[in-house]
Amino acid sequence: MTFNRRRFIQAAGAGMSASALGFPAVVRAQSGPMRLGLMTVKTGPLASGGIDMERALVQYLKERNSTMAGRKVELFVGDSGGVPAQSRTKLQELVERDKIQIMIGPLDTASALASDDYIRQQQLLTLSVAAAEDMTQRKPNPWFTRGTSTSSQCAMPLADYCAKTLKYKRMITIADDIAYGHEMCAGFQRVFEDAGGKIVQKLFSPLTVPDYGTYIAQLKSNVDGIFLGFAGSNGFRFFRQFNEYGLRGKIAVVGGMTAFDEAVLRNMGDEALGIVTSCWYSAEIENAINKRFAANFRVDWGYDPGFYAAATYVEAAVLDATLEKLKGKIEDKEAFMKTVRAIKVDTARGPVQFDKYGNVVGSIYIRKVERKDGRLVNRVIHTYPNVSQFWTYKPEEFLKDPVYSRDWPPAKNLEL
Amino acid sequence: MQYWIIQTLNSLALGGLLFLLAAGFSLIFGLMRIANLTHGSLYMLGAYVGVTVLKFVPNLWLAALIGGAVIAVFGGLIERFILRALAGNALGQVLVTLGISFIVADFCLIVWGGDPIPVQTPLALRLPLRVGGVAFPTYRLVVLGIAVVTAIALYLLMERTRIGAMIRAGVDDMQMARAVGIPVSKLFTTVFCLGAGLAGAGGIIGGPIMSAYPGLDADMLPLALIVVMLGGVGSLLGAFVGSFLIGAIYTFGTALLPDLAYVILFLPMIVVIAFRPRGLFGRQTV
Repeated sequence: MTFNRRRFIQAAGAGMSASALGFPAVVRAQSGPMRLGLMTVKTGPLASGGIDMERALVQYLKERNSTMAGRKVELFVGDSGGVPAQSRTKLQELVERDKIQIMIGPLDTASALASDDYIRQQQLLTLSVAAAEDMTQRKPNPWFTRGTSTSSQCAMPLADYCAKTLKYKRMITIADDIAYGHEMCAGFQRVFEDAGGKIVQKLFSPLTVPDYGTYIAQLKSNVDGIFLGFAGSNGFRFFRQFNEYGLRGKIAVVGGMTAFDEAVLRNMGDEALGIVTSCWYSAEIENAINKRFAANFRVDWGYDPGFYAAATYVEAAVLDATLEKLKGKIEDKEAFMKTVRAIKVDTARGPVQFDKYGNVVGSIYIRKVERKDGRLVNRVIHTYPNVSQFWTYKPEEFLKDPVYSRDWPPAKNLEL
Repeated sequence: MQYWIIQTLNSLALGGLLFLLAAGFSLIFGLMRIANLTHGSLYMLGAYVGVTVLKFVPNLWLAALIGGAVIAVFGGLIERFILRALAGNALGQVLVTLGISFIVADFCLIVWGGDPIPVQTPLALRLPLRVGGVAFPTYRLVVLGIAVVTAIALYLLMERTRIGAMIRAGVDDMQMARAVGIPVSKLFTTVFCLGAGLAGAGGIIGGPIMSAYPGLDADMLPLALIVVMLGGVGSLLGAFVGSFLIGAIYTFGTALLPDLAYVILFLPMIVVIAFRPRGLFGRQTV
């Protein structure tokens, strides 16, 4: 018998499949390092936050010598560019080529929605940063857990603060014309009006508006305050133009969780002093974990960590605590999801736990911009503990209503 | 009443800023027959270079001149070494300019980071101008003034100088211009430098209003396109009228029908392309 080419290929093929099948796959997976994926944005307009996400996560791993629950952690980073389609492709790459076992991210709502069915299909454990309400409300994804906040989770306490503590009666809301902006303003409006206030003007500007002059000129002057629901650099640009029109001091400004983030503050001046915002984090939170995190971050990068840096640092702490309970066994996905949703852990943002929909229940901070050691900081002036995504509403009733949107709840007090 | 005065001033100021951006785009488009998709990037690069120059010379106008010159040189290099190599292949040239715009965007992200960087308004122009109860940002009026002065200077350049006559000849009929001995390829470089320089200087002058941030390029490029489509390719008058028209349409459109902001911006362009492909003042079909 001659050993011809066909035979050779057959033999080689048989040998390869035998070795692949014969290898004890379970043992290999458990003894190896845990493969952690980070889906972030390192190019394009959202890059600033995305790069902070990576820096903070790398710092978390470095502080623990890349080990969680006695198991080595290997980090794989995907860059979605903030483009939903690309995010989906990169996620597939992370899962199928890099074999990640759990993902932290993605950053933006659109990317999270684009990846939703793939996450379900692959049963990929996900610790998300994106704020889309319905992913933990009316269409909960069983593999999805969020340790940051839904769009409106921080806006609702702020509305309460505006109505009850600041005693505002009439307010304007303005935000980017995207789901995140709609959901945030809707939550703000609902709570503010339930507390007796009136939203008399509601504006949404396109995400890439070149000039806010048109919107600023429309603002009513007979109001107590304006709520800014912007993301990224838009809040910063709006506020600069707002000052340019001489409105500072005439209309009080309050902002959502991304409007006056630490990342934006470091490029602002005295004009930002005194602005009140709400967020689930501030670099100024007084707890031991955060003090160490913020100090180390400042040493490494020269600026305060903000929303995005804290997001991955908190998610990593959640992951760490869950693995500790599971003794490092991330392979059992059902057990992981059960454990993570029942966990209580102290993180840089304070104590964190989850509701049955996979969304965080934690403190929301009301913050005021002040100057400290020469730089601008968000000093915490009030804390709302244990805030859930449903605020004080009953979850069952909350979920019967449509999801927060541009037109729901309807604004009844608009004045022309 | 006050509201309408402010919105009118707004539309004029935006129009002025758009003219600084679109004039160069229009000339390049008219002469070289290519839509220069790096134009938004040149604007953004100008803003960033201006930010850096301002750290050393705290004078916005000087920074605009220096930044404009730097971007003009950069534009000249692109034309001379990249577009020239693809002469005659218009589609290839357009694709190359798109590629360069991505490279510039990432370069800016690496050098200046992802955070928005404010450009300080000159101290003397920082307070809003108040006339009879109407407050309007002084700086925006100055931008409008600069745009008008630039328009007059460009008009004189195009109508009263030899080089202007050559550019006009090239825009109208390239082959005939070559035949009568006009050095068209030198003209390309000149016009590209001029257009890039205007965009770069515009980036800094617009800085106190817009700031410098990643994505500024993509925000500005469509506006330049709309203005030029509407006004007509290669026509200075078209760019001027188009800028103020778009400024007005945009301002009043978003003020009166805020839900249709994008529709209002792009609808006029579609209508013009459908019914008058040369634009309002252009001589060639787009």
